[in-house]
Amino acid sequence: MPQLNQLMLVYQSQWFWLLLCLAVIYIVVGRGMVPKIEKVVDDRNDRIAADLSQAEKARAAADEAEERARLAEEDARSAALSVTAEAKSSAAKDTEALLAKADAEIGEKVAAAEASLAEARTKALESLESVAAEAARDVVAKVSGVNVSADQAASSVKAVLANG
Amino acid sequence: MAAEAGKIDPMHQFQIDAVGGGALDGTPFVFTNSALWMLVVLSAIFLFMWGGMKRELVPGRWQAAVESFVEFVSGMTLSSIGSEGRKYTPWIFTIFIFIIFSNFMGMMPLAIIPGLHPFTVTSQFTITGLMAIMSFSIVLIVGFWKHGFHFFTLFLPHGTPAPLMPLIFLVELISFLVRPFSLALRLFVAMIAGHILLEVFGNFIVNGLNSGSALGYGVSLISFVFIVGVNALELLVCAIQAYVFALLASLYINDAVNLH
Repeated sequence: MPQLNQLMLVYQSQWFWLLLCLAVIYIVVGRGMVPKIEKVVDDRNDRIAADLSQAEKARAAADEAEERARLAEEDARSAALSVTAEAKSSAAKDTEALLAKADAEIGEKVAAAEASLAEARTKALESLESVAAEAARDVVAKVSGVNVSADQAASSVKAVLANG
Repeated sequence: MAAEAGKIDPMHQFQIDAVGGGALDGTPFVFTNSALWMLVVLSAIFLFMWGGMKRELVPGRWQAAVESFVEFVSGMTLSSIGSEGRKYTPWIFTIFIFIIFSNFMGMMPLAIIPGLHPFTVTSQFTITGLMAIMSFSIVLIVGFWKHGFHFFTLFLPHGTPAPLMPLIFLVELISFLVRPFSLALRLFVAMIAGHILLEVFGNFIVNGLNSGSALGYGVSLISFVFIVGVNALELLVCAIQAYVFALLASLYINDAVNLH
């Protein structure tokens, strides 16, 4: 085995070069580069954690804003509903008043028409009496030759009409 | 192959030679193929880490790879040592990245370039041993620094009956002292065994093809299928052994820091 056969010849050289290499690695890499790389990794991890917490905060704020928007929308909707209801009820009231007014006007007109009708009827009845009395006088004069006064004829016609 | 054609020498790949053909003379500054591969590993580590230093907020693929590598090691030290683990992350990271890159660089198919032989640094127990000793020294230094002689209570679990105390103390002490050896040998043995296996079956393929007989071709084919699986397994072992070394080192440091 060369490792044993050559031991006394090579161990000093082996140890010298090994110590040299290890010292260089330890000082330059182990103490120089490794802590810097560790710091880079730690900084990155910190930054990721900070970013995550910030994002979490932003999400909470967004949730809150959304909730507020939802509440505001609800308020607006209920306000709109009450406005519509009010408008509806006032419109109904207006219609009612208009209807009542129109009803009253129509009623008045009907009453006036009825009154004029009744007047026309009484007038017609009166003219009928006079026509009938005239006719009765003519009939009496022709039949019996007796001249009946207008008053007599009128009262007889009236009595007949009242009976008949 | 140092030996004549057809002879399998799976240990040759662990041979250390001076780069440029000089003799090994036992001094510290000889530049060997092992030292060369340590520098190759070092360059690969620098290249890899450099790609992760862009420090962008949204990482690219390379930066993400480096960051997950760093996160993996710092997570390991933090979970096994606790809040004080951050102090030991540089050392655990150093041995982890050095071992895993050494293991992988030793597995790279660079031998297809003539004259180039990848060398697995972690298959040398001089290397794994020194790393284990250094990790174990950290355990001892931190343990005695923080707890003084109280550190010896590590060897006496809570609720040990008084008559058993000497025996338990001895057993725990031995198991404690064996730790650096097991740490070093585990990685060394895993690497050397895998590379011997790959070398032997790779030679089977070549020798089978050279034999020119139907039997030789059959052996080559079977060896090829087998070696593909072993290669995949070895890549897994490369990562697992680096992880095990770093995890055990951090667990041992945890003993010293927190005393059970």
